[in-house]
Amino acid sequence: MSKKIATVEEEEMQSAAASPLLQTFAITKTYPGVTALDGVDFELRSGEVHVLFGENGAGKSTLISILAGANQPSAGQIFYRGAPVTLHSVHDARDLGISAVFQEFSLIPQMTVEENLFLGAEHTRGGFVDRARIRREALSILDELGFALRPEQRVDRLTRAEQQMVEIAKAFRSELSVLILDEPTASLTSYETDHLFELIGQLTKRGVGIVYITHRMAEIRRIGDRITVLRDGRYIDTVEARSASEDDLVRLMTGRVIGGVFPTLDLPKPGAPVLEVRGLTTSDETVVDASVTVSAGEIVGMAGLVGSGKSELLQACFGAVPIASGSVRLKGQDVTGNSPRRNIRAGFLYLPADRRNEGLMMMRSVRENVALTALDILPFSNGHLLHRSAEAATVTALAEKLHLSPPRIERSVDQFSGGNQQKVMLARSLTRAYDLIVFDEPTVGVDVGTRASIYEFIVELARTGTAIILISSDLPEILNLTTRAYVFYRGRVQTELQADHLTEENVLAHFFERETA
Amino acid sequence: MASNTTAARTAGNPADVLKRLFVKLGILPFLLVIAVIVFTLMSDNFLTPRNLMNVLRQSVYLMIVSIGQMLALLTGGFDLSVGTTLALSSVVGAMAMSAFYAAFPDMVGLAIALGCLAGISAGLSIGVMNGIGVAFFKVSPFMMSLGMASVGFGVALYLTGGVPVYGLPVAFGDVFGFGMLFGIPAPVYVAALLVLVLYLFLYRTPQGRYFYAVGGNLKAASLSGINTTGTLFFTYVLCAFFAAVAGMLLTARIDTGEANIGSSMPLESIAACVIAGVSLRGGVGRLENVVLGALFIGLVQNGMNLARIESYLQTVVLGALLILAVIADQIRLRYVASLKD
Repeated sequence: MSKKIATVEEEEMQSAAASPLLQTFAITKTYPGVTALDGVDFELRSGEVHVLFGENGAGKSTLISILAGANQPSAGQIFYRGAPVTLHSVHDARDLGISAVFQEFSLIPQMTVEENLFLGAEHTRGGFVDRARIRREALSILDELGFALRPEQRVDRLTRAEQQMVEIAKAFRSELSVLILDEPTASLTSYETDHLFELIGQLTKRGVGIVYITHRMAEIRRIGDRITVLRDGRYIDTVEARSASEDDLVRLMTGRVIGGVFPTLDLPKPGAPVLEVRGLTTSDETVVDASVTVSAGEIVGMAGLVGSGKSELLQACFGAVPIASGSVRLKGQDVTGNSPRRNIRAGFLYLPADRRNEGLMMMRSVRENVALTALDILPFSNGHLLHRSAEAATVTALAEKLHLSPPRIERSVDQFSGGNQQKVMLARSLTRAYDLIVFDEPTVGVDVGTRASIYEFIVELARTGTAIILISSDLPEILNLTTRAYVFYRGRVQTELQADHLTEENVLAHFFERETA
Repeated sequence: MASNTTAARTAGNPADVLKRLFVKLGILPFLLVIAVIVFTLMSDNFLTPRNLMNVLRQSVYLMIVSIGQMLALLTGGFDLSVGTTLALSSVVGAMAMSAFYAAFPDMVGLAIALGCLAGISAGLSIGVMNGIGVAFFKVSPFMMSLGMASVGFGVALYLTGGVPVYGLPVAFGDVFGFGMLFGIPAPVYVAALLVLVLYLFLYRTPQGRYFYAVGGNLKAASLSGINTTGTLFFTYVLCAFFAAVAGMLLTARIDTGEANIGSSMPLESIAACVIAGVSLRGGVGRLENVVLGALFIGLVQNGMNLARIESYLQTVVLGALLILAVIADQIRLRYVASLKD
């Protein structure tokens, strides 16, 4: 039997080699004043995982939105199994079996998981929605994907990671030939990621072609077959994933040579404790009996799965999540239950993970966004009146320091790439004298070049004696950038790992320890 | 999303220039130009200094209400009770003033001051209720201000029995209604002062910036250490304050306290703001544009009067303009999105 499958697969491979599953010739997309894509050739074979690689703003998103039918090219041609096609809409693309999972979710928050899964393609019986069949098929899709979701759950009650799962599951409701995934693992736990990769493996065996956007080198290694690099809207090169080194890719992507992504950790001995948390439990019990200590001049990592409480603990300390019991001391002072406003004034800043929804005013300028947390003090104001020229000068200097690109501080934030939006948020940490700064997932959706400068920025802050907490789901970040780490599991601090015990195996062991037991 | 690195400037043909201007300035300048041209053609009396001063005087009340409405819109809400606030302050103010004046006919100044204080306090009480509902109980601004509009209107009718309140001191109307200084009507000075103070507050103080922050991203504002609850509460109190001042000025003009004035204010003030580019999603809008927006609506009403367009039809035009402005805002957003892609 296995032999039979093998021959079928071989045949498929051969026919695929003859005419690729999906191919573009000289795709160009221009907007008034901007060329987003400039004559890009791209080829997807059946059964391969083809990674699109490039900096934020290189044109990856534009290309996949064209492939998915969400956007129409200004020039160029798309071929599907050798025949020219025009994709007027997402619907056209779906009919060919091309489905995309974008970073921006297309879910109706007030509807349930199953209603979202079959939105626009509801099964009917005699003109009425066939709820039983929808439930059945929703269950079988979720089951096949190994996603722990109930079909009747409302989407707005789900975490971001769970919403991402629903979004992925949506692509599976009809027959697939091409699946486009835009950074699908950005908010998935490693367990869910494993599942997704397993699934991708099954799909490619069935001859489905996968277009995959990621910034994570480890993922490219694990599932990538070929990599196409884009830069400034232009096609640069297509390389085999197996033979390409990280340095090669970064060079192709940026057009220049970048040293190691992580800076060297040459921090002096930690100073006095800045944050002391004792037995903290939040009202909603996302954090239970957590105790951590962070001292001046050290970078402490908070590792764990999404929803393990690592983020919620610091939000509770900051005053954004209500505390049921326990104590929080900042520089020896009891600050339990204080508002963010008082904590910021006391020198404690929390920079949230979700820039778009919790961090930035997207339609306001860079200047206003950077200055927001420090408008009550010099040089931004004398407490009553704003000093607008000093504000502009300070923010200009910060933009320069962080290499904001383009360095236009009056532009609204939504006109910048993800990496630059992140820089705008990071700049806030320099507008006041902070003793403790919490970075929650500071590099999600940020390209490698910008990531290196963000790491350098964080280490630089620690060198000046600021206590840093780095909350991250990206293991290499925890391993290479922190001097000590706490690992969270289901709301509890599972363990504390000192620098010499900070290895991948050790951290991972505590991610799952009790789950396997 | 994608690149703006490979910027290829397209040739500056007139249509493209217009499009860029539209994206930058919004619909208002275009509407103003069109309105001035149309009404000048329709009536010889339109483009005269005398008439334009008339437009200014007539627009003052809407202008004052609109700058308050703008604050509510900035924070991502709106206030449908501005009309009621105006009416209630008119009624309460007039009753207090006439009662005091009847008791102490010699103390005209004190009667006017006490009456204004009473009227504005009555208006503020509606704002306080709105603020408590929206800021502390998280009631949607739509429901809260709609409910308060009914409550306020009912109270105003109940207090007066639906009959206008007479017996105001003559000096009140003479000064605040019909007074002139250097050829400019007194209400214009009041409006100018309010606009100036609000301008300084919005653009020169941290708290002013916080209105934009709360509407721009409530969660981000809260995590940035901004007192979002206090800011929201303050928004509705301020909005009511402006409506109440407009109510007292209008009372001076018509020389009576009336429960029926201001019913068109919610629509007109929101229209003035939206035409001026204030976003219904919050966080975007400039005070100077709102002043122009209110003037524009005054201009259109005046022009239609001169062109002898029936008042019922004027209402149709106003509603259509509001919808047009919202559509234009949507188109503009689409252009902005396409420009940044």
